[in-house]
Amino acid sequence: MGGLGFDVAHMLAGGLVMISFTMLYQDRLSAVIHVYALHAVVLSLSVAWQAFIQEAPHLYITAAISLVFKAIIVPTALHRIVRRLGIHREVETVVGIGPTMLAGMGLVALSMVLMLRVTPGADALAREDLAFALSVLLLGLLMMVTRRNAVSQVIGFMSLENGLVLAATGAKGMPLVVEISVAFSILIAFIVIGVFLFRIRERFDTVDVGALDHFRGERR
Amino acid sequence: MPAASFLLACDAVLLATAMAAIAFGRVEGAHRAVYGTALVVSTAIAAVALGYLLTAGGVPSDTWLPLGLPWLGADFRVDPLAAFFLVVVGAGGAAAGLYGLGYGSHESAPHRVLPFFPAFLAGMNLVVLAADAFTFLLCWEFMSLASWALVMAHHREEGNARAGYVYLVMAGFGTMALLLAFGLLAGAGGDYGFDAIRAAQRPAFVPTLVLVLMLLGAGSKAGLVPLHVWLPLAHPAAPSHVSALMSGVMTKVAIYGFVRVVFDLLGTPAWWSGIVVLVLGAVTAVLGILHALMERDLKRLLAYSTIENVGVVFICLGLALAFQASGMGAAAALALTAALFHVLNHSLFKSLLFFGAGAVLSATGHRDMERLGGLIHRMPQTSVAFLVGCVAIAALPPFNGFVSEWLAFQAILQSPQVPQWGLRIIVPAVGGLLALAAALAAACFVRAFGITFLGRPRSDAAATAHEVDRWSLAAMLALAVGCLLAGILPGLVIDALAPVTLALLGERMPAQAGLDWLSIVPIAAGRSSYNPLLVFVFIVASAALAVAVAHRLGSRALRRGPAWGCGFPDPGPVAQYSAGSFAQPLRRVFGTLLFRARERVEMPAPGSVAPARFTLEMHDLVWDRLYMPIASGIGFAADRLNRLQFLTIRRYLSLVFVSLVALLLVLALWP
Amino acid sequence: MIADLLVQGIQMLLVLLLAPLLTGFVRKVKARLLRRRGPPVLQPYRDLLRLLRKEAVVADGASWLFRVAPYLIFAATWVAAALVPTFAPGLLFSWTADLIAIVALLGSARFMLALAGMDVGTSFGGIGSSREVMIAALAEPALLLIVFTLALLAGSTQLSTVAGFMASPEVGLRVSLGMALIALVMVAIAENGRVPVDNPATHLELTMVHEAMVLEYSGRHLAMIELAAALKLLLSVSLVGCVFVPWGLAAPGAGAAAYPQGIALYLAKLAAAGVLLALFETAIAKMRVFRVPDFLGAALMLALLGTLLLFVSRSL
Repeated sequence: MGGLGFDVAHMLAGGLVMISFTMLYQDRLSAVIHVYALHAVVLSLSVAWQAFIQEAPHLYITAAISLVFKAIIVPTALHRIVRRLGIHREVETVVGIGPTMLAGMGLVALSMVLMLRVTPGADALAREDLAFALSVLLLGLLMMVTRRNAVSQVIGFMSLENGLVLAATGAKGMPLVVEISVAFSILIAFIVIGVFLFRIRERFDTVDVGALDHFRGERR
Repeated sequence: MPAASFLLACDAVLLATAMAAIAFGRVEGAHRAVYGTALVVSTAIAAVALGYLLTAGGVPSDTWLPLGLPWLGADFRVDPLAAFFLVVVGAGGAAAGLYGLGYGSHESAPHRVLPFFPAFLAGMNLVVLAADAFTFLLCWEFMSLASWALVMAHHREEGNARAGYVYLVMAGFGTMALLLAFGLLAGAGGDYGFDAIRAAQRPAFVPTLVLVLMLLGAGSKAGLVPLHVWLPLAHPAAPSHVSALMSGVMTKVAIYGFVRVVFDLLGTPAWWSGIVVLVLGAVTAVLGILHALMERDLKRLLAYSTIENVGVVFICLGLALAFQASGMGAAAALALTAALFHVLNHSLFKSLLFFGAGAVLSATGHRDMERLGGLIHRMPQTSVAFLVGCVAIAALPPFNGFVSEWLAFQAILQSPQVPQWGLRIIVPAVGGLLALAAALAAACFVRAFGITFLGRPRSDAAATAHEVDRWSLAAMLALAVGCLLAGILPGLVIDALAPVTLALLGERMPAQAGLDWLSIVPIAAGRSSYNPLLVFVFIVASAALAVAVAHRLGSRALRRGPAWGCGFPDPGPVAQYSAGSFAQPLRRVFGTLLFRARERVEMPAPGSVAPARFTLEMHDLVWDRLYMPIASGIGFAADRLNRLQFLTIRRYLSLVFVSLVALLLVLALWP
Repeated sequence: MIADLLVQGIQMLLVLLLAPLLTGFVRKVKARLLRRRGPPVLQPYRDLLRLLRKEAVVADGASWLFRVAPYLIFAATWVAAALVPTFAPGLLFSWTADLIAIVALLGSARFMLALAGMDVGTSFGGIGSSREVMIAALAEPALLLIVFTLALLAGSTQLSTVAGFMASPEVGLRVSLGMALIALVMVAIAENGRVPVDNPATHLELTMVHEAMVLEYSGRHLAMIELAAALKLLLSVSLVGCVFVPWGLAAPGAGAAAYPQGIALYLAKLAAAGVLLALFETAIAKMRVFRVPDFLGAALMLALLGTLLLFVSRSL
C-alpha cells in the first residue's frame, strides 16, 4: 500500500508539473485554457488520492470544489470571454518558447534542490509533494511574467494557486475552511479580473497589458 | 641515460635547429632539414615518453640544469602526467614535421617560419618537463612568443596583424594570471620547486583563488569561453601545420598546466570547484561548436571546434574534481581518463583536419567554403583522410572521438553517488549539453566535409585543384590510421593512462588488457561495456555481405545520368546549397538568441528585374558585451592618464613623494 | 556457445526479415483507416526485390562516397537493430554496444546519409541534409537524456540489464519514466521521419526531409537505404518495447522452449505499435519545418525534466 500510494501521488504531482510545462509550451489562447482545465482535473485527482491515503474525507470536498470550479466553470467562462473578445487564436509571448522552457527547467531544478536540502528529515511523500508544489507555483509565476495577454496572465495566476492547493493537501491536517476560503477568493478574483478585462478592452481595444504600460507612459 | 636528460637533449637539438634556421632560413631546401629534424626528434621524444609511461611504473626521472635564476637553477622532471603530454606533443610535432616536409615548399616567407617552428616545439616540450614554477613560466612565455611569431609569419595578409595583437594581449593576460597563481602557491618566502609547493601548507582562501587564476591563465590559452576570442583569430592565421600544432597541441599544453596545478599541486579540491569547471566547460563546448557551425572560413571553423573540444575536456576535468572532492576515487579516475583520452584524440584528429584544410588551401588558394566544393574528385586521398577526421571529431563510432565521449557519459552516470544535491542535478544537465555539443559537432562536420569536398566546384580554382604531395598525404593518412586504431583498440590507451591517474588520484580504471575480445568495461561488465573492435568488424562484415548480395542476386549494372532538377535546365553550381544556407535551420533555432542573428530579405516587386537581396547580421555577444566595454574603458582611462605625460618636474616629484608616503603608511598600519 | 551464436543469428535475421513487414503493415493500416484498400502488406518486399534487380542510375557528378554510403548506412543500422533485444535479452553479443553506442551507431548512419545527400550538388539534397542535421541536433541530446534517466534508474546502460530491471517489480510507477516514454516516442517519430515531423509518403520537394536526401538514389542503392529506413523503424519500436513493455522476453536461462513464445509476443508488440503509429499519423497533420524545433525542444525538456525528477523519487 505504502509503495503504491506513494507512486500514484508521485505520478499525479509530477503530471501536474508536466502540465504546467505544457501550458508554457502552448501558444494559442484556447489551447492554454484547455490545458488549464486538464491541470485542474489532475489537481483534483491528486487531492482525491491524498484524501484516500490520508483517510481525510474533507479533502474529497476540496477535490470536488477544484473539479467543479477550476476544471469546469472557470474554463468554460474563460472560453466564453475569449470568444466574445474574439482573441481565441492569439497569444503573444514576451520571451520565446525555448528560453521560457529553459527558465522553467531551471526553476524546477531550483525547487528540487531547495526542498531536498531544507527538509531532509521530513516524510518522503510530503517532501516530494512540496518540491512539486513549489515547481508548479514558480512555473505559474513564470507564465504570468512571460505572457503579455491578460487572459493568459489570469491562467498563470490560477495555475499558481493550484500549486498552493497541492502543497496544502500534501501537508496533513489542513482545515477545510481555509481551502474553501481560498477557492472562493480565487473565484472572486476571477470575477473581478473578468470584469476588469472587459473594461480594459472597452478602453483600449486590446487585452494586451502592454497597452496599459503605454497608457501610463512607461514603455516606448 | 635517464629519460629526462634524453628529452632535454632532444629539446636542445630543436633549439639548435632554430638557431641554424635563423642563419640559413632562406637557403633553398632549408625547410627539408628543419622539418626533417623536427620529425626525427619529435618521434624520438614521443617514443621515449611512451616507453617511460609504459615501463617506469610511475618513478619520476629528474634532471637539474644550472640555468635561469642563479640560486635556483632549473628543475626538469618526467613523471607519468608529463610523459603522457610529451607523447601528445611529440606525436603532434612529428606529424607536423612530416606534413611540413611537403607543405613547407609552398611557403612564401620561409625565413619567418623555419626558425620559430622548432623553437615552438621545444617550448611546448619544456613547459611539460619543467618542475619548478620559474622554469614553467619562462618556458610558457617562450612557447607563447614563438607561436606569436608564427601567427605573424604572414603579417601582411588582411587581419593577421590584428590577430597577432589580440593574441599577444590575451597571452600576456594569461601569463599574468599564472604568475599570480604560482606566487600564491609558493607563499611569501616560498620555494618555487613543485615538490615544495606540493608539501606547503596554505591558508584556506588560497586554493579558491588559485583555481580561479588557473581558469583565467590556462583557460585563456586553452580557449575557455569567455577567454576564447583570440583563438579563432590567431590559430587560422598561422601556416596550416602550425595551426595544427596550436590547435591540436598547444591547447593541450594549457590543459596540462591546469591539470598539473589543480590536480597535482593544489591537493584535494572543494566540492563546488567541480561545478565551476563543469559549467564553464559545458558553456564552452556548446558555444564553441555553434560558432563553428556559423563559420564559412574552413580554418576558423576548425579553430572554433577546438574551443568545443577544450570544453569537453574541461567537462571531464570538472567531473573528476567533483568526484575527487567527494572521495569517489574510481569515478574520478574514470573522468580523468576520459579527459586525457579526449586530449589525445583531439590532438590526432584536429591536426589531421588542419592538415586537410592546409592541403585544400595550397591546392585551391581558398579557405572560404563558399568557393570550394567537389574536391573529392580532384583530391581523393586528402578527402578520405579528411572524412576520417570529420567522423572522428563528430564522436561517431567506430572512431576514437566516440570512445572518449562514451567514457565521459559513463562518468556522468556515476553522479548519483555524490553527496551534494546541487551537483547531482547539475551533472545530468551538463550531460545533456555535452550530448547537444556532440550532435551539433556532427552537423558542423557534415557541413564542413559536404560543402568543401562534395557537390560541384564553386570556383575555377576548386575545379582545377590537384592532389597534394606525398609527404603531406603520408602525414594525414598516418593520423587517420591513428584515429581508427585509438578508436577500435581503446583498451590499450586506457591502460597506458593508468599510471597518470594513479599518480594524480591514487586510483585507476580497471585493467582492460585481459578482457575478452578487447572490449572496454569502465566499472563493471553489468553496468556498461563497449567493444569497438567487434562493432567495426560487424559493420565491415555486414556491409560486405550487403554488397555481395546486391551484386550477386541483384543487378550489377550502373548507368550515369543527369541529376534530377525538377524538370528545369541545370542552373549550375550556384544552385547548390551553400555553407550559409546549410547552417540556416540551425541558425534559426540557436542563433536568433545567442548571436542576435537577423536575416533580411529584400524582394523586388513582381515584374521588376532587380535582384533579390539577402543580408545576414550576426554578433558575437561575448565580444560586444565583454571585450568592447573593457577596451573602451581602457581607452577612456588612457585618455585621462595621458595628462600625466605633460606635468612639470615638481609635480612628478610630488607624485613620487606621495606614493612613497602612502606605501610607508600601509607598511606602518599593516597588522 | 554454438547455440548462443545461433540465437544471435536468428535475432539478426529476424530483424532483417521483419523490418519491411512492419513498414508494409503500417502503410496498410493507414490506408484502411482512410478507407482505401492500400497496397498488400508484402509490398515492401516486392519493392526491395525489384529495386535490387534494376540497374542503378547514378548522377553525373556523383563520387565514390555516393555509391559506398548506402551499404555503410545499411550495415550500421542493421548492427544497431540487431543489438536491441527483441525476443530475448542477454544474447551472445549484446554487451558489444550499450544503449549510448547504439544511439551513436544510428548517428554514424545519419552522418553518411547526410553526406550522400550533398554529394551530387543539387539543391534538394542540400535541403534534406541541412534539415536532417537540424532535427538530429535536437533529437540526439533528447535521446541521450532519456538514456540517462533509464541508466540512472537501472544502474546500467546495457539494454538487457535495463530490460530486466524494468520487468522487475521494484520499478513501480514513476513520473520520470512516463516522461521518458513520451519523450522517446516524440524522438522516435522525428528520427524516423514520420508525421508530423516528416511525411514518408510525400514527393513534394519543399516539404521533404528524408526523401529529399535520397532523391538521386535508384536501384540497389535505393534498396539498401529503404531497407535501412525500415530497420530503423523496427529498431525504434523494439527499443520502446524492450524498455517500456519488457514482459514476455524469454528469460536468459529459460532454454529453447521460451524463444517461440518470446517471438510471438514480440510480433504482437510490433503489431500493436504499428496500429498505434498508423492511428496517430492519420489523426495528425504534418507541421511546418520550423515548428519541428519546438516539438523536439519539448521532447528535450521532457527528457531533462524526467532526469531531474528522478531525484525526488524514492530510491535515488
